[in-house]
Amino acid sequence: MREVAIIGVGCTNFGEMWNRSFRDIFVEAGLSALEDASVEGEEIDALFVGNMSAGKFIDQEHIGSLIADYAGLASLHVPAVRLGAACASGGVALSQGVLAVASGYYDIVVAGGAEKMTDVGTGGAIDALASAADREWEVLMGATFPGLYAMIARLHMHKYGTTREQLAMVAVKNHLNATMNPKAQYRGEISIDEVMSSSLVADPLRILDCSPITDGAAAVVLAPAEIAKKYTESPVYVKASAQATDTISLHDRRDITTLDATVYAAKKAYKIASIRPIDIDLAEVHDCFTIGEICAIEDLGFVPKGNGGPATEDGLTALDGKIPVNPSGGLKACGHPVGATGIKQAVETVLQLRGEAGKRQVSGAEVGLTHNVGGTGGTAVVHILSINR
Amino acid sequence: MAVPRFWRNIPARYNLIGTKCLTCEKCYFPPRTTCPACRRAGKIEMHKFEGIGEVVTYTVIHSASEGFDRQTPYVLAIIRLDEGPCMTAQIVCDPNEIEIGMKVQSIFRKIAEEGPDGVICYGTKFAPKR
Repeated sequence: MREVAIIGVGCTNFGEMWNRSFRDIFVEAGLSALEDASVEGEEIDALFVGNMSAGKFIDQEHIGSLIADYAGLASLHVPAVRLGAACASGGVALSQGVLAVASGYYDIVVAGGAEKMTDVGTGGAIDALASAADREWEVLMGATFPGLYAMIARLHMHKYGTTREQLAMVAVKNHLNATMNPKAQYRGEISIDEVMSSSLVADPLRILDCSPITDGAAAVVLAPAEIAKKYTESPVYVKASAQATDTISLHDRRDITTLDATVYAAKKAYKIASIRPIDIDLAEVHDCFTIGEICAIEDLGFVPKGNGGPATEDGLTALDGKIPVNPSGGLKACGHPVGATGIKQAVETVLQLRGEAGKRQVSGAEVGLTHNVGGTGGTAVVHILSINR
Repeated sequence: MAVPRFWRNIPARYNLIGTKCLTCEKCYFPPRTTCPACRRAGKIEMHKFEGIGEVVTYTVIHSASEGFDRQTPYVLAIIRLDEGPCMTAQIVCDPNEIEIGMKVQSIFRKIAEEGPDGVICYGTKFAPKR
């Protein structure tokens, strides 16, 4: 297996983009990644695109062809494939792109992710997102997506004493980070009181505990590590790419408060990269709901199980903390265009490792981790990136 | 949901009929065609659950999906059935009354309606065991 590097990154603004289509945003992200990598279209061997549900959001399938076409690559007949794993679609696309380059089958690969969520009404978006859960035995029994995470939160509070305020602190921190991210959907600070008094969605989760509905796209360009320096002075190396699955239904899990898919993907990634959780300088984790980040920092091994709440309260995950988590603002405040999220996490981590993250720069960051979850944990993908080969 | 998709699950939805693997004696709800523990060595047969269980965790849904929006706020829970498996279902009770560990018992109820003129879906909810 060959070592793989990220030689270019691109990302659109995240938000409600009424004047822009799915194809517009994907092309923007892809072209800016190619420009960043100084790669010509003729050099691209393949496209891997993460997309959760263009079928439901824009009534469009056959995404590989559409994207190759509008990126101007149809005349080159570049192979393009769309990958779906709900909110982990981007992470899975990155993982498959990395494996394709590592195997030696392809050299230059674009791994991207895109979701256009605002071409349907809120009801339509909620229904599309609900298809990440078990439609027949969760959704048809009355579950909503926030409702499932609310049940994780309720049990976490019951078992470990996690407080409602500690959940709010995740949102407050991520909104603060997003004020320093010009691409973020929400760039205003919020307070603990505002989170605690926002409207109830699924008790104990309130609207400010939830990630928003977002349009956005992101892309990275991958190359074999041995030729990466031909394209860029600052390649970022993929030290590990690991994916794991678990039951699609939350109720079938070994432990409702642990995402075992995260635990397994992380263990595998640490082993491949030969590092420990303590070696990670920053992490972009899947905070689709505030409780998601608390579970993530536990399941990734940053803190012992049950300590996610107090660790957040103590500032461990703040931008100036021991392990800054979600410097981009996370899904919570940067936005969550579901299929793009896993790639955006890699884009942010690359910018941080290159020292190009502006006001939200984590100083001296050399090793970063990305953590992307599908559904309530039916899929998890972990990548470890480093500036050191 | 297409009528056949709902209709083919009616035994499970109305009467809590799941499956039991005769090799490992484990029970599953909803029914499965393969035992996740024994895989190909499993021997699956239908199994009717008693409908008694305990609340593992719960939420009160305030913002619901289509078909459920006239029921809000309602209690949704993960219930561990006495025979072992867990399932997601609504609990018919006062939202202030629900707690983790509460004993519950299955009841047959209307679950959702596909709009004012649409199909009504029936199935299983739970109520506090008195």
